[in-house]
Amino acid sequence: MSDEKDKVTPDKATQDEAALDKAAQGRAVQDKAAQGTGLSGSGAGGEPGDLERVASPLEVVEVRHGMFGAHDSGDTSGYGGLVRPVALPGPSSRPYGSWFDRVVDVLTEVLREEGVDADAAIEKVVVDLHGARAADAPQAELTLYVTREHLLPVCQALRDDQDLRFELSLGVSGVHYPHETGRELHAVYHLVSVTHNRRLRLEVTAPDEDPHVPSTTSVYPANDWHERETYDFFGIVFDGHPGLARIEMPDDWEGHPQRKDYPLGGIPVEYKGATVPPPDTRRAYS
Amino acid sequence: MTATAEPRAGAGGPHATRPIDDETARTIRGFEAYGDGDWDEIAREAIGEERIVVNMGPQHPSTHGVLRLMLEIDGETVTEARAGIGYLHTGIEKNMEFRTWTQGPTFCTRMDYVAPFFQEVAFCLATERLLGVTDDVPERASVIRVLMMELNRITSHLICLGTGGNEMGATTVMTVAFTAREEILRLFEAVTGLRMNHAYIRPGGVALDVPEGFTTQARDALKKVRGYLKDLGDLMLANPIFRSRLTDVGVLNLAGCMALGVTGPVLRSTGLPYDVRKAAPYCGYETYDFDVPVSKNADCYDRAVLRLEECYQSLGLAEQALTRLDASEGEPVIVADKKIAWPAQLAIGSDGQGNSLEHIRKIMGTSMESLIHHFKLVTEGFPVPAGQAWQTVEHPRGELGVHAVSDGGTRPYRAHFRDPSFNNLQATSVMCEGGQVADVVVAVASLDPVLGGVDR
Repeated sequence: MSDEKDKVTPDKATQDEAALDKAAQGRAVQDKAAQGTGLSGSGAGGEPGDLERVASPLEVVEVRHGMFGAHDSGDTSGYGGLVRPVALPGPSSRPYGSWFDRVVDVLTEVLREEGVDADAAIEKVVVDLHGARAADAPQAELTLYVTREHLLPVCQALRDDQDLRFELSLGVSGVHYPHETGRELHAVYHLVSVTHNRRLRLEVTAPDEDPHVPSTTSVYPANDWHERETYDFFGIVFDGHPGLARIEMPDDWEGHPQRKDYPLGGIPVEYKGATVPPPDTRRAYS
Repeated sequence: MTATAEPRAGAGGPHATRPIDDETARTIRGFEAYGDGDWDEIAREAIGEERIVVNMGPQHPSTHGVLRLMLEIDGETVTEARAGIGYLHTGIEKNMEFRTWTQGPTFCTRMDYVAPFFQEVAFCLATERLLGVTDDVPERASVIRVLMMELNRITSHLICLGTGGNEMGATTVMTVAFTAREEILRLFEAVTGLRMNHAYIRPGGVALDVPEGFTTQARDALKKVRGYLKDLGDLMLANPIFRSRLTDVGVLNLAGCMALGVTGPVLRSTGLPYDVRKAAPYCGYETYDFDVPVSKNADCYDRAVLRLEECYQSLGLAEQALTRLDASEGEPVIVADKKIAWPAQLAIGSDGQGNSLEHIRKIMGTSMESLIHHFKLVTEGFPVPAGQAWQTVEHPRGELGVHAVSDGGTRPYRAHFRDPSFNNLQATSVMCEGGQVADVVVAVASLDPVLGGVDR
């Protein structure tokens, strides 16, 4: 999504999706979606032919079929063949605005000094404006997508460099995107710089087949329990964690409950003669 | 009796349970506490280097709920302490993925049940970020949110101080604190209909306006609360027993807090004035006049003083919010965008439920489209643009973060709550090890964990 985007309303989301559809015209999106490979390419302004070559794929979170979102009743709309991939905001381009450019520059510089390939370490930079006009609005957020091999040096640099000083980690949360082949599992780190009063998000991905991410407990001891929780709920294995055991679920529990392929469960409830189905079997509109 | 236990009593003796008499039993060392010498010597002879691990909880009353502490003790000294959690895990985050964004607060309010408004506000602020309506939330809605949060901060701190005092044997501290809390809970009941689990804050604003005459009722109540707070301070802070139990106990310095991600009063007791309300203001906190109290000894006593001081700051904030409520009488309390806003000007109907009679008259009597729209808004919910947002608020226990992810649908794709108690409990080990067993209770009370929030 571009920076000029001034206002996001629910309607705007539909427009964005429509734009995506246009960008994907002429390609066998249906087939790709059916194979679960998702859509790769940049969000705005990309020529259809360029899509395959763009390095950073879109984070496809969902592939929608039909027009109105309901997927359990029969299709009477005539739009049953419509397939729309839904993607998270794509990479932003410079200038990011506010202090975002400076932090990315300093981080790149520090990583170079450490002998780390900064371009390989930082996959992409995403600025979420959340309806604000400029990045200096309080609701604007900066996300750095970091490759998992380089997570530790990036964290170390973010914590220790005097111009970065993200000394407080507010923990890790996992997200499971089953539609993003090869990048299904995301670990999201929320960092705060008390010194400079800045907030930053790091995002690391791992495939379902190889759910390993290095542990950041050596840099941020606070992430100890958060990583255990993320392992418990998503099955992301944090290599190097001092004691990666389940924390919320019982030790002998099977499966990782917050993954999208893990059912919510529940039983139908009878109330005053009517039966209320369990929440995961009710009609959904997304 | 010799060191190797003989099978006790004859095989034919009367026994409810037969004595175990097999190979394993024969090898167990037995001992008998008689003879001369101290218990120390006997124990040393009997158990040698063996460790004594005591399980405190998950049902121990002084662990604030179902917290399990595993303490390795040497006499009265705790040599190792580990916290075990997960006994109250209810899968709220997973459940929220199956409800609309408007239903979200109904779930997250039940996480930290002592401070329910904070989860609601944080979740709604994150949703508003994703919707891009942060700047469109009406002033009056933000004022009501601030008022509710600050009153809630007082009740939460009162629980912390009251139960903390009770655990040390000072029942009066608890009764005074709970009496004061009761005054505020009545205010909550007047506004939301409930004393806890309110589900009152909605994405875009609040569910309904405060009732008529509320500000007068609130001012009267706050006057009483101020009196109770003074009583509580007098009862606790100068009390020599209280002082000696809390001073220099559970010390965690600034470096320790930063490394362990500990925020809130525990962090501020090390001297760092870090408060999200000042660092990253939300709900218009930058327009209120308040201080962030800090102290420097980083022990349990300082934390108790800080919590009491924060209660007074919250009283000041609540009074400012009440003045603003009086000034903004009749203004909207939810965003103008009808694609998001549920009707918020409600009246109590004959069925005891809140209903907007004007709205019903309009959708039922004049406009079929409005009826359809209302039906779709309530059953389907509103779509939220794909993306992710991270919103933190200053919770009574520290920094509460919400990581909300949307896939463009009408339900959260993922809602993660970074609960401050969950994080702060990691400090149990470092705060308790090397101290007395009795100090564990004090140290854990100063962290003020609420297990509903820890386990979610």
